[in-house]
Parts: sequence; C-alpha cells; structure tokens
Amino acid sequence: MNILYLMIPLSLLLGFGFIAGFIWSVRSGQLDDTETPAYRILDEGEEQP
Amino acid sequence: MKAVNSLVEDIYYDDDIVKKFILATLVFAGVALAAGVMVALQLAFWPMNLNSEWLSFGRLRPLHTNAAIFAFAGNAIFAGIYHSSQRLLKARLFSDFLSRVHFWGWQAIIVAAAITLPLGYSHGKEYAELEWPIDIAITLIWVVFAVNFFGTLAKRREKHMYVALWFYIATIITVALLHVINSAEIPVSAFKSYPVYAGIQDAMVQWWYGHNAVAFFLTTPFLGLMYYYLPKAANRPVYSYRLSIIHFWALVFIYIWAGPHHLLYTSLPEWAQTLGMVFSIMLWAPSWGGMINGLLTLRGAWHLLRTDPIIKFFATAVTFYGMATFEGPLLSIKSVSSVGHYTDWIVGHVHGGTLGWNGFMIFGMLYYLVPRLWKTELYSVKLATAHFWTGFLGTIAYYLSMVVAGITQGLMWQAMTPDGRLMYPDFIETVTRILPLYWVRAFGGILYLAGFLLMVYNLYRTIKGAPVSVPEKVRVVNTRDVTAVETGHRGLEGAVTVFSVLTFLAVLVGSVIEIYPTLALHKYLPPSAQVEPYTPLELAGRDLYIREGCYLCHSQQIRPLASEVLRYGSPSTAEESMYDHPFQWGSKRTGPDLARVGKKYPDLWHYRHMLNPRVVTPQSIMPNYIWLATNDTDFLVLRKKFSVLKNMGTPYSDDQVANADIHAEKQAKEIAKSLEAQGGPSGLERKEIVAMIAYLQALGQKAKETPK
Ligand code: HEC
Repeated sequence: MNILYLMIPLSLLLGFGFIAGFIWSVRSGQLDDTETPAYRILDEGEEQP
Repeated sequence: MKAVNSLVEDIYYDDDIVKKFILATLVFAGVALAAGVMVALQLAFWPMNLNSEWLSFGRLRPLHTNAAIFAFAGNAIFAGIYHSSQRLLKARLFSDFLSRVHFWGWQAIIVAAAITLPLGYSHGKEYAELEWPIDIAITLIWVVFAVNFFGTLAKRREKHMYVALWFYIATIITVALLHVINSAEIPVSAFKSYPVYAGIQDAMVQWWYGHNAVAFFLTTPFLGLMYYYLPKAANRPVYSYRLSIIHFWALVFIYIWAGPHHLLYTSLPEWAQTLGMVFSIMLWAPSWGGMINGLLTLRGAWHLLRTDPIIKFFATAVTFYGMATFEGPLLSIKSVSSVGHYTDWIVGHVHGGTLGWNGFMIFGMLYYLVPRLWKTELYSVKLATAHFWTGFLGTIAYYLSMVVAGITQGLMWQAMTPDGRLMYPDFIETVTRILPLYWVRAFGGILYLAGFLLMVYNLYRTIKGAPVSVPEKVRVVNTRDVTAVETGHRGLEGAVTVFSVLTFLAVLVGSVIEIYPTLALHKYLPPSAQVEPYTPLELAGRDLYIREGCYLCHSQQIRPLASEVLRYGSPSTAEESMYDHPFQWGSKRTGPDLARVGKKYPDLWHYRHMLNPRVVTPQSIMPNYIWLATNDTDFLVLRKKFSVLKNMGTPYSDDQVANADIHAEKQAKEIAKSLEAQGGPSGLERKEIVAMIAYLQALGQKAKETPK
C-alpha cells in the first residue's frame, strides 16, 4: 500500500491547491457579487446569429 | 486597436479555432459511435468479430472508449472552452500559434490511437490504454492547452471570473495530474511498456484515475459548459449564481476521494473501500444542487422546451446528469455494488452519463454554436427535433436494457439453492439469458448513431448555406481595475495566473521525477513473500492477454461472497497480484472470472477453446482467436522485459533475465509436447497460443500456499 504515500499527498496537494484558489477568489472579490455575473454573461460578447 | 477611451476596445475573437474543433468533434463522434455500435453487435452476435485480429472485441472496445472520451468529448470540450472563455474573459486566445498546435497535436494523437489500438498496442488499463509515446504526446499537448488557457486568463479584460471558468481551471489542472500519475511506465520497446505500479497499487492508481477521468473530463468541463450555454440559450440568468459557486467548490473537494468505490469487495483494505463509499454518497448533494440549478434556470421558459431543440437537448442532458449522479452513489453502497459490479448495470450507468449527459450537452452546444459562428440560421429545426427524439429513444433503450441485463445477471450469479449450491453453476446460462437485451442495446446504439447522422446532415447544410464569413470586431469594456495598474495591483493579479501555470508545471515535473525512483525500485513485499513471479513464457502469454483485451470481458478478482467462492474458488488476495504490471482485475464479467482458471482444464481444452470457444461451450459469445495459432512468439524481447521488471522489483535472478528466451523456449516445448500427447496438432512450440496457455494455466497457481 505504499502507493498511498504518493496518492494521499497528491490528493491533498490538489485539495490545498483548490483551497488556495478559493481563498484567492474570496480575497480578490470574485465572490463579492453573486447576482450580476449571471446577468452579465447574457448581454456581453455574443453577436446575434 | 484602442479606442479613445482606453477602457473601451475593439477586438477580434479567434473563432476559426472553435470551428476547427467543432468539425473535428463531428468527425470523431462518428468514429466513436460507429465503433460503439460495432462492439455492441459483437456482444449480441459473436460472428461480428469477423475472425479478424484487428477488429475483435478486445481491440475495438478500447478504440470505442478512447474515441468517445478523448476524441468526441475532448474536441467538443475544447471547442466550448475556447469559445466561451474568450467571451467570458473579453480577450482573444493567448496565442493563435498555440491554439493551432493544440488542435493539430490533439488530432494527431487521436489518429495515432486509432491506428495503434486495433494493432494491439495497449497498456491494459481501461481508458488509459494508449502506449507510452502517445502518453507523452498527450502530456505535451495538454500543457500547450493549459498555457494557452491560463495565458488568456492573464490577459483578460473582465475582472470577474464567471463560474464556468472555475470548472475549466479545475479540469485542466486535475486531468494533467491524473494522466501523468497513472501513465508512469517504463518502456520495453517502441510500443510496449510496463506501468511502474503493480497489483493492488496499480489498481488504486488506475481507479483513482478512472473515476476522476469521469469527474474531471466528463463532468467538470461539461458543468462549465452548462453554466455558460444553458443560460445563453434560454436567455435567462442561471437560477442561483451562489449555488453554482457552492456546487463547484463542493464538487472539487469531494470528487477526488471517491475512486475506491470501483474496488469494493476486492483485496483493497476495508478502510479505503469505506472511505470511497462515504465520499461517493456525499457527492450526491452537490451534484443534485447543480442539476436543480440547471433545470431551474429554465423557470418561466419551459415553453422553449416545446419549440427549441437546443433547450430540449440541454434540459434532457441535465436530467440525465441528475440520474447518473443519483445512481452513482447508489452503486457505491457495498450491498448494491455486490450485485451491480462486473455486470452490464455499470455499462448502463456509464452510458446514461455519456449518451444522455455528455452527448446531449454537446449536441445542444453544437446546435447553438454552428449557426452563430457561421452567421446563419440552422438549416432545419425539424431535423434537429427528430435528432432529439431518436437520440432520446436510443439512450433510453440502451440504458434500460443494460440495467435489466445487469441486475438479472448479477442476481443469477448469486442465486443459491436451499442446500447451498449455485442455482446457475454454468456461467453461460447467465449469458444466454441476457442475450436478447444485448440486441436491444445494439438497437439503442444504432438509433443514437442515426440521430447523430441527422445532425451531421443538418449542420452540413447549415454551413454550406452560410455566407462567406469575415471575422467581426467586438467592442468590449475593460473592467479590470485600471487605476490599479499604476499601484501594481493588476500586476499582482496577473502574477496569480502565472503562478498557477508555474505550480502546475512544477507539480507535473515533480511528480514524474519523484514517482520513477520511489516506485520503480520499491519492493513493497519482501522477496521471500509467498508468491512466485511469472516465468518468461507466462509473461509472454500475459502480454498477449493484454494485447487482445481479454480483461475487457474477464475479471481476475474473486470477491469474498459465498456465491463467488463457490463458483470461482477462494477470494483473491493482494499478494497474488503483487507482480502484476499492470494489474488485470478487470471491471466487467462478460465471461467468467479467470483468477483461478489455472489447472482447471487440460492444455488441449484451452487450445480448442481459444481457436473456437463454441467447440467446448456451444453457446459461447467469446471471439475466436485463430491468429494465436499462426503468429510466432517473440522470445528474444523477453530478456528486455525481464530486465525491466527486475528493475521494478520483481525478484528475478540475473540468470533468469539473461536467459529468459531460452527458459521460455524450453517451457514452450513442454506445452507443445503435452498438446500433441493429448491429441492436438504438432509443431506449436513457437506459436503464441502456447504462451497464452502457459499464462492461463498459471493463473491462481503462483501463491506458494493456496490462500484459505
Ligand atoms: C467478448 C467477451 C470475451 C472476450 C473478449 C474474451 N472472452 Fe473468454 N469467455 C467469454 C465468455 C462469454 C466465456 C464463457 C463461455 C465459454 O466458455 O466460452 C469465456 C470463457 C473463457 C474461458 C473459460 C473459463 C472457464 O472457467 O470456463 C477462458 C479460459 C477464457 N474465456 C479466456 C479468454 C482469453 C484468454 C481471452 C483473450 C484472448 C478471452 N477469453 C477473451 C467471453 C470473452
């Protein structure tokens, strides 16, 4: 079962990576506004067919 | 091309690359679905194996799965990610050159796969069958994709990163990690390698990969696409943006731990199985949160379901996502798994996800994208609706037939008479019972393929009737904090992306460097252990077993269930596969378990059975392997193979390595003689069939004392 010594740290590394991403997203204000982004994508960036 | 006000810019998106990926999606979806129909027919009607070395089930099935996942879904994901990310980030892709390298590199990989898999170059690990040169190419192209994506992220003009982008990021990082770890292998020759892991370790890594390939190749990118294209198509904001964020973070934290649910009741330690089961059940909550969020986005727009084929596809896809993510945790419960595992129920479960969720998301996305990118109208809404219904019926026929077949067979395997004997001791009885359902499944597949062809025709006419398109300028407003440029804040934000790319590369390189020495040289049980490694001839046979894809129909792992022990013998132990590079526990029992088939039959029985299984089992659906009796065994390469395995910790002596070929030829002569003595043909000692028989007769015979 030595493989666990590789897989658990790797999974944790990935987990910590995601936590870091999460902290960054909170700190940089990514999650401050949870209303307008849903509307923003609708009227931006798309030419009509 | 800056306007007077530096916040407003006119830019061009790179839509040409999106179009390229869309066309590739259409081409390879055809290949994947056609191969799928072919293997379905082979199971219903064995002569469809065509007695052909290159087209027999064991070689086409990897072609089908790899094409469906990496070529069909892969190209569609790239198209969707490149299209939506440019719009979400208000930036052209980082590098046109990298985009093209990504595109052509990926297509070259697919073509290489389509050639090597039928030729039998296989790793013997499901969904990771491609051999080492292609594995390396995949890694390189994935890095190109990552640099291109993160580069675009870095130069974005939109401060806020919409939730879809988070799903893309998780996809890119995790798939890279999974692929590199699971593909760690040592080459023997140009197209043959052995994984550095063996037995139970290999099983763990493989299903950590296998499960997360489903999670991060077939789920997270598609959720990202759902969060972009579903609101766009319905022209409504997502039901709850907050829920989408919770969905994302919950999913990425839980998914990675659920892999062991593929190994319930195996020789994996109990606690690891329980861990996998608990996390799998936890997954139910975020998955359903996502499904509800997707469906409720259509609130107040349900009428579109009647008129708009795109919405039809999306709403059905999300429903199938909900179904599959309900069934998945259910199947992870040990008692359910004891019936469902190794049966067609799992095949049904997978196809509910792939045909229903992935396929329909892709179709919806294509119907949305093609008219918009080619600046025209869809050729025929009627045809698209017809596609929806044929595809839907096909999926339902597929799913229901497989669930019924799986549960029927699973229960038959376990059925016991009151005096404690097997109700159906003949395995073949449990096969013939479900054969009609194999026909229904094949029919479902054909319907699905037919629907797809309607779409191809529809899109072809759409594109053909389109005006010559010229790239159009798009006016975008830069919302990234411009004043911060001076204070360096923006620079810092850019640094975050550079930082992620660097970490990502570091993880890649670091794991490769780390994994080779530690695992390659590690003997995880002392050489005095109770198991004998394979002889050279047995190893040659084992590599044929891998080449022919026998593991796709046969397991080698007896679970500690009463009925199973009665049928196959004592439960498999971890030690028994300790020298297996790769492990061959399998995931499906279209045929019986082979873990203890050694010495069950005389050599001649195997000879006759391999050439034509119906000679000994009249109703068998196993293919004929006639070429094994005419192809010569490559004895010389065994020295190299032995030296590679010895380096990875198999306790072979120097003599065994240096004279591997001689030992093999000696054993081959003995088997050939025994075949002749039993009344078989003479002169087989150099033929592959003899190596195969040596391997089959060794199965379950290698433990020094038979486990109790
Ligand atoms: C399409 C699925 C399929 C594939 C691929 C397949 N088999 Fe089979 N196999 C079966 C079925 C079904 C049976 C049971 C009927 C019979 O005895 O033929 C079986 C039976 C067997 C048996 C007899 C087991 C017993 O305990 O009676 C052996 C040995 C065997 N297969 C070996 C192989 C080998 C080796 C390969 C690869 C070269 C292979 N099979 C590929 C479906 C398959």
